[in-house]
Amino acid sequence: MNERQVNDLVVTLVTVTNLLLAFLISGVVIWALGEDPWFALETMLYGAFGYDEGLGYTLYYTTNFIFTALGFAIGFHCGLFNIGAEGQAYIGGLAVGLLCLWLENWSLWIVFPLAVIASIIFGGIWGAIPGYLKARHGSHEVVTTIMFNFIASVIMVYLLSHVLRPPQEMSPESRDFAENVWIPQMHEIFGWFGFEITQTPLNGTFFFALICLFLVWRFVWFTRWGYELRTVGTNESAAVYAGINVSKNIIIAMIICGGLSGFVGINEIMGSSHRIMLNFQAGIGFTGIAVSLIGRNHPLGILLAALLFGILYQGGAELSFEVQAIDRHMVVLIQGLVVLFAGALENLFRPQIEQFVKQVAIRTA
Amino acid sequence: MWNDLLLILDGTLRISVPFVLAAMGGIFAERSGVIDFGLEGKMLGGAFVAAAVAHWTQSAWLGLLGSICIGIIFSMIHGFASVTKRGNQVVSCVAINIFAMGLTVVLANAWFGMGGKTPQLPKEARFLSIELPFAETLRDIPVIGEIYYELISGHNILVYIAFLAVPITAWVVFKSSFGLHLRATGENPLAVDTTGISVNKTRYQALLLNGILGGMSGAYLSTAHLGFFVKDMSAGKGYLALAAMIVGKWRPYSAMFACLLFSILFAIKDKPEISEMLKGLVPLNLIESFLEMSPYILTVVILAGFVGRAVAPKAIGQPFSKEK
Repeated sequence: MNERQVNDLVVTLVTVTNLLLAFLISGVVIWALGEDPWFALETMLYGAFGYDEGLGYTLYYTTNFIFTALGFAIGFHCGLFNIGAEGQAYIGGLAVGLLCLWLENWSLWIVFPLAVIASIIFGGIWGAIPGYLKARHGSHEVVTTIMFNFIASVIMVYLLSHVLRPPQEMSPESRDFAENVWIPQMHEIFGWFGFEITQTPLNGTFFFALICLFLVWRFVWFTRWGYELRTVGTNESAAVYAGINVSKNIIIAMIICGGLSGFVGINEIMGSSHRIMLNFQAGIGFTGIAVSLIGRNHPLGILLAALLFGILYQGGAELSFEVQAIDRHMVVLIQGLVVLFAGALENLFRPQIEQFVKQVAIRTA
Repeated sequence: MWNDLLLILDGTLRISVPFVLAAMGGIFAERSGVIDFGLEGKMLGGAFVAAAVAHWTQSAWLGLLGSICIGIIFSMIHGFASVTKRGNQVVSCVAINIFAMGLTVVLANAWFGMGGKTPQLPKEARFLSIELPFAETLRDIPVIGEIYYELISGHNILVYIAFLAVPITAWVVFKSSFGLHLRATGENPLAVDTTGISVNKTRYQALLLNGILGGMSGAYLSTAHLGFFVKDMSAGKGYLALAAMIVGKWRPYSAMFACLLFSILFAIKDKPEISEMLKGLVPLNLIESFLEMSPYILTVVILAGFVGRAVAPKAIGQPFSKEK
């Protein structure tokens, strides 16, 4: 094995160990609640893969997490800790929804690119303000982005209950928009090719998420912009010395973060609910942090981690349905543990694993 | 008008308690050089444990003890990750906050099955208002008597503890020898290390105090303010406390005033009279929404440095290593 392979192997083993540790503790919590952890695991896996409806939901959640995780990852590469994906997705989704309500008679081929642009602009602005404040005034982005989450939530409650709600309706939601701007759902897409699958919220946005993964990969590692961004993140003073405009990079990174998070609105609103709803983004932004950290902020890792969390979410829903004592928030708890072990404590077993891998490498060489 | 003002100020005091306690906790951690965004999680965890313990034991004091325990547990996890293992401190804080968000609801549902709520505590299991001596007799004296009766008397014990915590924190941080080590650790850990004082031990001690105060701030929410725990009840208050601390430039008294400033906005929001007054000018629900987000907007505005630049302790966020 050459050095790079050794390194990759170490990183993979470290991540897997940390994940297992997080799951182990979650299992202990389930056991402490008086339930059987093995049964819980079985139920979750069956819920996520056991039948095609479950799989559809799993991939539907995966799509959301890819967007918010990418939004977090871009910031992380620039040395930013963007925990505002929640609010950025909310505001981006608002833009998507408003656009669809406004242009509902237009063709999807025109509305979809416009929706992408709208969510980049709105989500981007929601990310750019904390970015600007960080770049120019040094306000810590963790506090400002979380404040923007709260501000977004108040704005959305106001808009949905007083402005967008049709007068005769009770619940704070906008009206449904016309069917021709709905993104085709997966069972329809499969239907075009003559396959029949169960209807789930999974829709064409899934492919768009895959494209985003590819584009982010190209952007971060193969463009000048991406190089500048990573330089700012790795060593700010070196970046200044090299003539890189740090402020500009921070703001651009936050705009991209906001835009990517805003795409959650495309999946949720254009692809599934077909109207603007309260809290459609709930928890997706925070999950993005865990997904990105496990995926080591790399698109390929993010894809795998997003899938893992899709499984956890869908399986967790199944679990809380089967076992009354276990709440849906079990997933949030697991998420916290994952962030702790894969993020803050990532070096817990690293020395041991490194040594182990090196020994193996020497023996096999 | 005078009476309304007194009532708003009274409400401000009540609302400010969790902010003040958490901000003091934040000062200890950050003065020692450990970032603490995890106040939110400690507050939430403290609120839940206090409510649960107070419900089982029917004692608010045991509830308070429970909340302190969970606060310490969280701050020790943070310490292990960020001081001992030298991990990323911000990531560790976010982990604690997310973990607390999940754990409280999971346990609340498993133990009480009320959709993330805990049962309403009876009077005996809550911190109730205390009438200070002579409050009733002095009530009729204009201004001073009124202030004494409305503003100073008639709060629960945690309110007094919180405002006592401010001078104590100030004394510990600026006058005691521990405070000297604490500040030195946050500014120049290497220098502290050469004098033979353990940097990591000082940071753990600071985190211990941080956990106690953070947990207590949660106990106030559930056992004094509302009388039960409800999902996500801290609602960003931990972050606001942290912002208040930054605005107060890591100084106890200034941080306390910043906390009071945030709280007055919450107090005004809770007073329908104020919105009524502005009703003719702007639609009512618009004012309400605006008042609701005003503390968050204020935080952002203040953090942007419109009240002067806040300079953090120099070594903040950097794990200490002798080899460096």
